[in-house]
Amino acid sequence: MNSVVTSNIARFIALVLVQVLVLNNINFLGYINPYIYILFIILFPIKNNRLLFLFLSFMLGLMVDLFLDSGGVHAAACVTIAYIRPVLLKFSFGMIYEHQTIKFSSTELGQRLSYFSIIIFIHHLILFSLEVFNSSKIILVLKKSLFSSIFTLILCLLITILFSKKNK
Amino acid sequence: MQQIINFIIRNKIFLLFLLLFSISFFLTVQSHSYHRSKFINSANFLSGGVYESVNNIGSYFDLKKENEILLEENRRLKSILYNSEIDSIKENFKDSTLLANASYKLTAAQVYKNSFSATNNYLTISKGKRNNIAQDFGVITSKGIIGIIDNTSNKYARVMSVLNTNIRVNAQLKKTNHFGTLSWNGQSPELVQLLDLPKQAPVVVGDTIMTGGLSTIFPKGIPIGTVTSFKLDDTENYLEIDVKLFNDMANIGHVYIIENLDSQEISKLNSEDE
Repeated sequence: MNSVVTSNIARFIALVLVQVLVLNNINFLGYINPYIYILFIILFPIKNNRLLFLFLSFMLGLMVDLFLDSGGVHAAACVTIAYIRPVLLKFSFGMIYEHQTIKFSSTELGQRLSYFSIIIFIHHLILFSLEVFNSSKIILVLKKSLFSSIFTLILCLLITILFSKKNK
Repeated sequence: MQQIINFIIRNKIFLLFLLLFSISFFLTVQSHSYHRSKFINSANFLSGGVYESVNNIGSYFDLKKENEILLEENRRLKSILYNSEIDSIKENFKDSTLLANASYKLTAAQVYKNSFSATNNYLTISKGKRNNIAQDFGVITSKGIIGIIDNTSNKYARVMSVLNTNIRVNAQLKKTNHFGTLSWNGQSPELVQLLDLPKQAPVVVGDTIMTGGLSTIFPKGIPIGTVTSFKLDDTENYLEIDVKLFNDMANIGHVYIIENLDSQEISKLNSEDE
């Protein structure tokens, strides 16, 4: 149990630092940045105290906001995906999730792909619509969230594959 | 009463979600209005400190380029110095009362954090309250305008970049005195927009735009950029101009902070009027 807590704390700090110091300086094609810090929310243990989980997600978003001067847009997006995560888990993994025995490293790639892509796209859509905050620029919002989502998705999949423990 | 408590316990997750979401929504709305985003900003000791220590390492990689920029600026200033009437300048340099009467004070600072891809961009710089930096000071480089200080902590300050949809700067044509308002539409980080310029102003593509003397933040004549295109706005009375910035906003190392020592007097005078 303790190792789960420490590994999550380490993941929290590492992801925030990597996000604000490295990934936000990429600006691929001028505006496309990956937001991989939400891996913390994606990979958070399934058996959890939901109140604590919501609160931690809020803190994660707020930390990123603090560094990026973006008001509360990251916090809002993070809280939302943390709240709807159980629904998405059930949708993507079906019965396995019901038994709460799921391990991300042992799931099929297709299921993982659908779970990741839905959660990432929802996060980015909320993020950019709050950031732009202007209904007349909806095309810009959609463009930004689509391209950033693709970038984030690729990076997230690569990182989970790289850091997953081999089951022998 | 019991029912209310039961309801709260049953829906505690949804209620917590609602609470946290409304807090972050409140912060978001605040960040979209000028001079309101007080709570969450990068000019605090935690994020400022992290950015500072990373910048201490990263700044070594830019040393060569920074040297070239300094050399270029020195060359420009020296060529002005040698080509003007030398006597008057020598007098001015010895005359210390000139400095005492100066109306602008410059402070050099280093950029710790810069962004240009969001719709509201900010920079974090290395001078703060203890260097007598306060809100509404202007920030420039040797090439041109950068932004306006909008928040300070003890050691750091946050600059609202010209690439921020909330910014408004008084700007004018270099060749005539027609002036308008500089703002940004949130799209290209190379182009800012000059709005409300009267349509009789003789604009051609390639004209230089500089700051006007009407604001108390910037002195008159700081370069901003060149005109790339212009058209009449919806009212057909004013011009809307795209201005290409002289500064590469993605690549800023050192900046100067301008303090207008007369700004209090001017704003006092203006408020008496109303």
